[in-house]
Amino acid sequence: MFKIEQSEWLAPKVRRLVVQAPRVARRHEPGHFVIVRVCDGGERIPLTIADSDAEAGTITLVVQVVGATTEKLCALEAGGAMENVVGPLGRPTEIEEFGHAILVGGGVGTAVIYPQAAALKKSGNKVTAIFGGRSKEYVIFEKELAVHCDAVHPCTDDGSYGYHGFVTGKLKELLESCGDIGAVLTAGPVPMMRAVAEVTRPFGVKTIASLNPIMVDGTGMCGGCRVTVGSDMKFACVDGPEFDAHAVDFGELTDRLTTYRDQEALAWNRLNGCTPDPAKGESGCKLRESEEAAANQ
Amino acid sequence: MLKPSERMKIQRQPMPEQDAQKRACNFEEVNCGYAADAASTEAQRCLQCKDAKCIGGCPVGVKIADFAEAIARDDLAAAADILFADNVLPGITGRVCPQETQCEAVCVRSKKGTPVGIGYLERYVADWARENRKDLFEPPNPTGKRVAVVGAGPGGLTCAGELAKHGHAVTVFEALHVAGGVLVYGIPEFRLPKDIVRAEVETLKARGVEIVTDVVIGQTYTIDELMKEEGFDAIFVANGAGLPVFQGIPGENLKGVYSANEFLTRVNLMGAYQFGQTDTPVIDASQIVVVGGGNTAMDAVRTSRRLGADPATLVYRRSREEMPARVEEVNHAEEEGVVFRMLCSPVEVLGDDNGWVRAVRCIKMELGEPDDSGRRRPVPIPDSEFEVPCQVFIEAIGTQANPLLTQTTPGLKTNKWGNIVVDENNMTSIPGVFAGGDIVRGGATVILAMGDGKNSAVSMHEYLMKSDGNGKASG
Repeated sequence: MFKIEQSEWLAPKVRRLVVQAPRVARRHEPGHFVIVRVCDGGERIPLTIADSDAEAGTITLVVQVVGATTEKLCALEAGGAMENVVGPLGRPTEIEEFGHAILVGGGVGTAVIYPQAAALKKSGNKVTAIFGGRSKEYVIFEKELAVHCDAVHPCTDDGSYGYHGFVTGKLKELLESCGDIGAVLTAGPVPMMRAVAEVTRPFGVKTIASLNPIMVDGTGMCGGCRVTVGSDMKFACVDGPEFDAHAVDFGELTDRLTTYRDQEALAWNRLNGCTPDPAKGESGCKLRESEEAAANQ
Repeated sequence: MLKPSERMKIQRQPMPEQDAQKRACNFEEVNCGYAADAASTEAQRCLQCKDAKCIGGCPVGVKIADFAEAIARDDLAAAADILFADNVLPGITGRVCPQETQCEAVCVRSKKGTPVGIGYLERYVADWARENRKDLFEPPNPTGKRVAVVGAGPGGLTCAGELAKHGHAVTVFEALHVAGGVLVYGIPEFRLPKDIVRAEVETLKARGVEIVTDVVIGQTYTIDELMKEEGFDAIFVANGAGLPVFQGIPGENLKGVYSANEFLTRVNLMGAYQFGQTDTPVIDASQIVVVGGGNTAMDAVRTSRRLGADPATLVYRRSREEMPARVEEVNHAEEEGVVFRMLCSPVEVLGDDNGWVRAVRCIKMELGEPDDSGRRRPVPIPDSEFEVPCQVFIEAIGTQANPLLTQTTPGLKTNKWGNIVVDENNMTSIPGVFAGGDIVRGGATVILAMGDGKNSAVSMHEYLMKSDGNGKASG
């Protein structure tokens, strides 16, 4: 069992968990992820490590409720425990001297770019972070990022805080105005990473995306996390999870991520005692319906 | 004592099986095990050869004639002692070993009729022991040596059990959340109930073997760290097979295409066949096609059948005779209603407008001249393509070496396929680091991995006992 040291909401449906996992903490580098299992009978899901403290033996995970398993994770309180944490997995971020590196985070991806920001700064880069959410309450990790970044640009879709618009809008501005950008690293929802890749492509700036495909074992055994990069089949768990964003087939990744939509809806409904009523036009998952309704506002 | 001529007259006792139609809809074990009288009758078929060839046919050298003799005189406690002395996982091997190509293949009785049912007897004794025998293992004097075993699969567990017998302190590191490796993620419940694996792992733990789950060697610790920082005197690497091989045909990333590893892991390890009680899903499909001819393909297609696929179809590019799978598994699959489509090979996975698999296009093959493996090479027949409708397509065509450990271990010699190279003592290019099982052999069987574990334990014991207090070989 892996004890939860701290647990708090950072934003609606987004929780920060500090977990005792000394073996993982001592070897964590930016870009690494863990596979966790909340309880016996639970799913194995990958989560990128947002921070670690080797001395305290802890790692920080930032989790968004997107289904039954993440809801169970986010229900864990300090003093509680999760069944399994294994890692660190994946290849770490290649920290180079880019000159000026821009990090683009969306949603819980903002937590992924945080250790990258710290490492890039440490190796002498100028670091700018662009991150955001739907509105002010969804903006996370601003203070933490500000510690390591030369500039931070929070963005909100509704303009309630920071830059009014998508992170890609701000990114484009910077690409046009700064001539020194050596690399863009991005983590977050697939549509956002795909849009980031399209924004940077005409500028020819190296762009690295941290992918989040479906995984089971996380050690290269199952092949469920396969993604197409250029003309190659890659396994995100051992070859990634970070890849050249200009070569990733984001369309395929988006589609593969929907594989278990129906079962995920079933599981969430079951966990929450929901029985969708087709007569009322309720067909699937209440969680997803509320998310979609909010996104369409 | 029966005379050999009397023994020769006894017919081989059949293994009682769950009814084929019934078992095609459940995950309970297919083989039910011998009753006491059948076991004792079968044991009397053993001719008690002076130069028992069967022992040499067993990768772990079980004294087969001796335990058969003990069963024949109804001394099951003695039979169990004999069995456990050479095999720490007999309930497992009694179920999954390919006896027909090993011990039973060299049984003299197979020259004139059928061999002694060695596997069935082994299973009988192991099952009796699990219920009735208290493990009378006397902990040996500790040697003060510490050994790390990488991977709690059949090879690692066997090596750990053997080393513990010598008094070495053994820690097994397992990447998954439960011990067993392929025994729990790969081999289905209906062939090897997980309770059996758990029980045999518990026996090892009771003998002092420590098992640490959730640790990936190569990621959580490197081999170098285990030796220098964690203070292990020797290491046995048995981290198993790795990356599944895909055929490289169009459509393999459609939703509904699985590697056999993923499909079996979801169903076996994660319990997807009980989705609702467990949280891991598997795609719901009324028609499933599996490609491959080995035991993994057979496990995948029989699992598909049990999940409700009708038809569950097995596609193989050669003919039934060339299939590497165990004959018993092939027969069981057929009885359960699996459809065999021999001499054809998938050329493309076809999808619908939403990215889901809708069919597999195959091409018919014919057998040509023998290839390097001695089997006749399958050759495509032009203009013979046809479609097999399905919603899930599973590839069971093999695995590559797992790179996680080898790529973080400088100085560890591997071959061109990424498999670890070992010497005649199973030692790698790094002194004190031994290896066995699939990471060395490239895809083999449970019992060959166990044989490697056992043989390595012998070499490791010698290495440890002649090394100085720092774990460095002094000679």
